[in-house]
Amino acid sequence: MTGLLELLGLGASAELLSLSGWGGNLLRGLVNSLQIAFGAFGMGLVIGLFGAYGKLYGGKVTRDLLAIYTTVIRAVPELVLILILYYVGSDIINKISAAMGGGRVEINGVAAGIWVLGVVQGAYATEVLRGAIKAVPTGQIEAAKSYGMPAFMIMRRVTIPAMMSFAVPGLANLWLIATKDTALLAVVGFNELTLETRQAASSTRAYFTFFLAAGALYLMVTLCSGVVFARIEKWARRGQPSLKGGTA
Amino acid sequence: MKLTSLLAAATAASALFAGAAAAEQVKIGIAAEPYPPFAAPDSSGNWSGWEVEIIDAVCAAAELDCVITPVAWDGIIPSLTGQQIDAIMASMSITEERMKTIDFTDPYYNTPAVIVADKSMDIEPTPESLAGKILGIQASTTHQAYAQAHFGDAELKVYQTQDEANQDLVAGRIDATQADSIAMADFVNSDTGGCCEIKGAVADDPAILGRGVGAGVRKGDDDLREALNKGIAAILADGTHEKITAKYFTTSIY
Amino acid sequence: MTSVKALMQPHRIVMMLIFAALVVWCALSLRWDWIPQYAPLALEGLWTTIWILAVSTFLGFLLAVPLGLAQAIGPWYLSIPARTFCTIIRGTPLLLQIWLLYYGLGSLFPQFPWIRGSELWPYLRQAWPYAVLALTLSYAGYEGEVMRGAFSGVAKGQLEAAKSFGMPRFTMFRRIWLPQAVRNVLPTLGGETILQLKATPLVATITVVDIYAVSSRVRSDTFIVYEPLLLLALVYLVIAGLIALAFRRFEQG
Repeated sequence: MTGLLELLGLGASAELLSLSGWGGNLLRGLVNSLQIAFGAFGMGLVIGLFGAYGKLYGGKVTRDLLAIYTTVIRAVPELVLILILYYVGSDIINKISAAMGGGRVEINGVAAGIWVLGVVQGAYATEVLRGAIKAVPTGQIEAAKSYGMPAFMIMRRVTIPAMMSFAVPGLANLWLIATKDTALLAVVGFNELTLETRQAASSTRAYFTFFLAAGALYLMVTLCSGVVFARIEKWARRGQPSLKGGTA
Repeated sequence: MKLTSLLAAATAASALFAGAAAAEQVKIGIAAEPYPPFAAPDSSGNWSGWEVEIIDAVCAAAELDCVITPVAWDGIIPSLTGQQIDAIMASMSITEERMKTIDFTDPYYNTPAVIVADKSMDIEPTPESLAGKILGIQASTTHQAYAQAHFGDAELKVYQTQDEANQDLVAGRIDATQADSIAMADFVNSDTGGCCEIKGAVADDPAILGRGVGAGVRKGDDDLREALNKGIAAILADGTHEKITAKYFTTSIY
Repeated sequence: MTSVKALMQPHRIVMMLIFAALVVWCALSLRWDWIPQYAPLALEGLWTTIWILAVSTFLGFLLAVPLGLAQAIGPWYLSIPARTFCTIIRGTPLLLQIWLLYYGLGSLFPQFPWIRGSELWPYLRQAWPYAVLALTLSYAGYEGEVMRGAFSGVAKGQLEAAKSFGMPRFTMFRRIWLPQAVRNVLPTLGGETILQLKATPLVATITVVDIYAVSSRVRSDTFIVYEPLLLLALVYLVIAGLIALAFRRFEQG
């Protein structure tokens, strides 16, 4: 058994993975990944909410533009989008800064990652939230309208709470996509978990140790998120008759 | 890059990037991959190596406040032109092709290109000997350009980093690799590189292989270029370059 | 389907004109002179992308059927491994899986001289088997989960009816269960295949020369940043569109 472990490069893995060794790097990478995933998910939600409203209630042009946005983003590989948005984004910002007479703007890696993945997430979130809003019985919204509730209040007090239970499963999925998509930022050289892993692996030649450890970290995030989202779903469905099977 | 003027309308998102900062720091881009003995990260994420020490010395001599910024190698030139970094000091050879896009300082080291292969393999650094062999090279390097021009009969396998090519050489997935002699000398003397040896330098082609390694800066960024030139000249003159080199190599590499 | 009439609304005509102007502007003021030189390479890359996509979705789907079945009705010693497999595949980034397979195994092989001597070595030393394996497993993991739902979704009454006619279990599976489950997943299959298409450029990171790798090569040879990427995005859009169309045909026909 130890022979096999040695062979896989796992023999010294405990030492390599210790916090003072490369384990600390992996954890730092994980923190970066989670930060980016969190930001991107949040930005995606905001874009998605506006996008969904635009698609449902917007004018013709808005709807067509949003259709183009969601179609293009969902058909082009994230890797390609990341490269385009990454270079375009930083280029534009520096052009603007220069035009306004400002100096060069420092682009923070985490912020750039959030912007890039947020735009991608926004397209998916638009579709998820559009479906969820459509699933809210129109009678509820009409009832609110007939009481003279202003549009924003309807959104805040009626539509969003009512659609939550429909949106949560889709959003949970989006969150998982966000955490996994952060790995793609390795390709543009962000120090997130996957890149940290590869640097650790190629510096120490213990490929299996580090790739498996990183896999375990990602898996942990996934499983914990599953538990959290199950809670949220339960909370979103409080007071509703059982919908089991309806959205599964 | 003209594209951006058009897209400028769509930049309400700019606020997102606004980590606008005191811009006097000079960001020196290095490749985000271990490239010993020039630059490699330790487990606490600090980069060290010959080139890192040279960067520190040049910046100190030029009185610049430098930060080392690791960037993906194959995007390192767009990162420079896109202003994510201010200078490239990542063992980048000064070539005609690159000078169309960026400017270079004076060279701070020079190293020939060599072919490395398994000890048991009978390979010479010639087009005839490499014909039909699988040759690993790193993307966006002078070696890639050279191999494409001179080793057309070999099967070229392109890697994002030299480190990956070395791994595949050890794994036997490629027959040989072409890279800088110093980095390769370090590799074949390491535990992992024990399988392999340097088979010799390739025939020189200055048009492709360039005239040494310099720091890349944006076109027109003459202030920084002059400052770095001054720094490089200073460490060459006062023996700092030599002293750092002696810590890593047995021979001069300038 | 969008008919011509739907496109002929005033605002859409204006948008199309703007779009056409944009295309003309792109064609005229961006650099495209590299295209003729790289066209043959790009076609090869395109072909690689397409065959890797086709092979991995096909094999992945074949693998997904038993995975779904094991989870839906299998005994615990089959369902637990199947579920674990799906959870791991879906819970970790594909990029990490690809690197684990390619570099992890790559670091293992040199320790066994007989592997290099074996007849499989000419294949094992290339990158595409790892790419196909990783993409196949990934597709199987995602689709296995979908198939689980599809198998569970087949109405119980039909199965009971078949049983009461004394149909043998395998016939029942082949004639009633599988066709219905497949019909249940068909609408999602197009979307899953497009997701798989979007995963293919990751194989470029292990030296497979697909269409994405060709665009990277253009970028690194010529230092042109945007043009190859824009063209690449367009190529993926077209392929995704064709896949969507094909599946719609398939569903209707």
